[in-house]
Amino acid sequence: MHAQTLYEKLWSSHVVHQEADGTALIYIDRHLVHEVTSPQAFEGLKLAGRKPWRISSIVATADHNTPTDHWDLGIQDPVSRQQVETLDANIREVGSLAYFPFKDARQGIVHVIGPENGATLPGMTVVCGDSHTSTHGAFGCLAHGIGTSEVEHVLATQCLLQKKSKTLLIRVDGQLGRGVTAKDVVLAIIGKIGTAGGTGYAMEFGGSAIRSLSMEGRMTICNMAIEAGARAGMVGVDETTIEYLKDRPFSPKGEQWAQAVDYWRSLHSDEGAEFDKVVELKAEDILPQVTWGTSPEMVTTVDGRVPDPAAVTDPVRREGIERALKYMGLAANTPITDIPVDQVFIGSCTNSRIEDLREAAAVARGRSKAASVKRVLVVPGSGLVKRQAEEEGLDKVFVAAGFEWREPGCSMCLAMNADRLEPGERCASTSNRNFEGRQGAGGRTHLVSPAMAAAAAVTGRFTDVRTLA
Amino acid sequence: MNPFTQLDGLVAPLDRANVDTDAIIPKQFLKSIKRSGFGPNAFDEWRYLDVGQPGQDNSQRPLNPDFVLNQVRYKGAQILLTRDNFGCGSSREHAPWALEDYGFRVLIGPSFADIFFNNSFKNGLLPIKLDVAEIDELFRQCEASAGYRLKVDLAAQTITRPDGKSIAFDIDPFRKECLLNGWDDIGLTLRHADKIRAFEAQRRAEHPYYFA
Ligand code: SF4
Repeated sequence: MHAQTLYEKLWSSHVVHQEADGTALIYIDRHLVHEVTSPQAFEGLKLAGRKPWRISSIVATADHNTPTDHWDLGIQDPVSRQQVETLDANIREVGSLAYFPFKDARQGIVHVIGPENGATLPGMTVVCGDSHTSTHGAFGCLAHGIGTSEVEHVLATQCLLQKKSKTLLIRVDGQLGRGVTAKDVVLAIIGKIGTAGGTGYAMEFGGSAIRSLSMEGRMTICNMAIEAGARAGMVGVDETTIEYLKDRPFSPKGEQWAQAVDYWRSLHSDEGAEFDKVVELKAEDILPQVTWGTSPEMVTTVDGRVPDPAAVTDPVRREGIERALKYMGLAANTPITDIPVDQVFIGSCTNSRIEDLREAAAVARGRSKAASVKRVLVVPGSGLVKRQAEEEGLDKVFVAAGFEWREPGCSMCLAMNADRLEPGERCASTSNRNFEGRQGAGGRTHLVSPAMAAAAAVTGRFTDVRTLA
Repeated sequence: MNPFTQLDGLVAPLDRANVDTDAIIPKQFLKSIKRSGFGPNAFDEWRYLDVGQPGQDNSQRPLNPDFVLNQVRYKGAQILLTRDNFGCGSSREHAPWALEDYGFRVLIGPSFADIFFNNSFKNGLLPIKLDVAEIDELFRQCEASAGYRLKVDLAAQTITRPDGKSIAFDIDPFRKECLLNGWDDIGLTLRHADKIRAFEAQRRAEHPYYFA
């Protein structure tokens, strides 16, 4: 048999039917559901008199609209509350494998709770009405973000209509330097290939630097595959993957575990498998990253400067930079380390897991929030992450440093709840999108790693975390 | 879904790259549990000078005179000209819902983000990819003459300019069929219910741990 890529293996093991033009029906193993993109799908299903195909595929939670403080008061915003209650009602009516509603001990961001409960397993197809579903590809599965019509389609048919993508291998070899994290790696990748660089491709991350990452680091990288335009990102299965999954609530047990592991060990690209495109980076070349603009590709290293549009010849690009600098309130050629911040956000499905919080806490320990910084929010990705952090005393480190320790949820990643920037405020954020208005109308977002966010919090400006030893 | 066959429509140019779905429909409007009514809030942050909230009377809000779609000459536009990577970012289907509700039926650009591209077809919105050179020319012509219209013929896969030049475009045969007929994807898929059931049974036998 010819050498296959991981994507080819995952694809071919899920094709139910194929049209003459290549459009295929792909069987879906896991359907993750949250409150924002599902109400219209459940309604459509009901209006058409259809039933969900297989409720044991559904794992649901409320995360986007839930508040991160004063849980005793419930959800204050009536529109947000209605959306969360609609999810409650829909899941109650339809059923699911698991539901982690608002205030549940295991509630959290959908892309955090899937893996930590073992609901995301190698070899699966995973979908969710959320573009960052690419996160789950870290487990050697095929994970796609889908729209609401597709949510309804998967509910009704357990299948997704898809065309096979081309394959792109991003290989990062070597050893990452001190203070350089998975977040810096993925920002560097996006800086190199651009936000449309992965469009039409299924992206696999490989090479020794990726292999040496923990599952959480791999999730951070796959999470942002979508910011490089790829609908799916993935990493092959190895011992790190298997070790992580052992004894998770929904992981297979006993004899089935052995059978599963046996199969999972085959879920990597074969030696000599051919990709349509290969991009290579050297781990040693990657430094801590900071975005300066309104698209994740507008990124540079912490020792860099804001670019000068006058030096750019392509008119569409030049105008894009000019517009971004105007929105961001930045002058050309400003050193990154001269940029002060008003708020800091540590959280989101990119960087809210326990290792992220440990990294941030390591910087915050024994230091305090700079007086010029108005607020530092630390929002754990799930109830389980929160509990673990508290067992390790990380919450105390944050509070002692003047940071706010919050309840889990999406929070200021997209500011659908009360956590948001005021117009003109500048934020060092560990989230994944620096689009205009993403963290609040007129807010200015700079994407960084958790350690770099904590460094900005304690110094009041972007600071190379490696100088804070 | 409304079928799409032909359109002779007014064109509006949105001359920027990487227009993300947060810009097409800001998140505060995602709290709606309905599918319609997003049109008045399409491009909300660019279109109005104040910060929009759900449930507001949008006709009373101050318009941003610098935003291209607010120009009188583009009122009633059904075709949107765009640049690279339109629709990137969030998977929210509210973006095509908002564009469709605004009145657009066709989007023309050099490239579209994957999920957005897919979502558009499910809502009777036709995204057409053309070469950058063709797009540049369309921008030039559109900006040069008020009332600029294009004819789009899906069956023939052509766009016809006012100067008579016809531009061919590509589209997946399957998507084309669905759009021409206004077919519902789910209904089409359920014709294969037996195949899905058989596939599922075999998968359950081989990999029982995915069905716990
Ligand atoms: S944390 Fe942010 S990116 Fe992740 S699912 Fe929530 S809103 Fe989306």
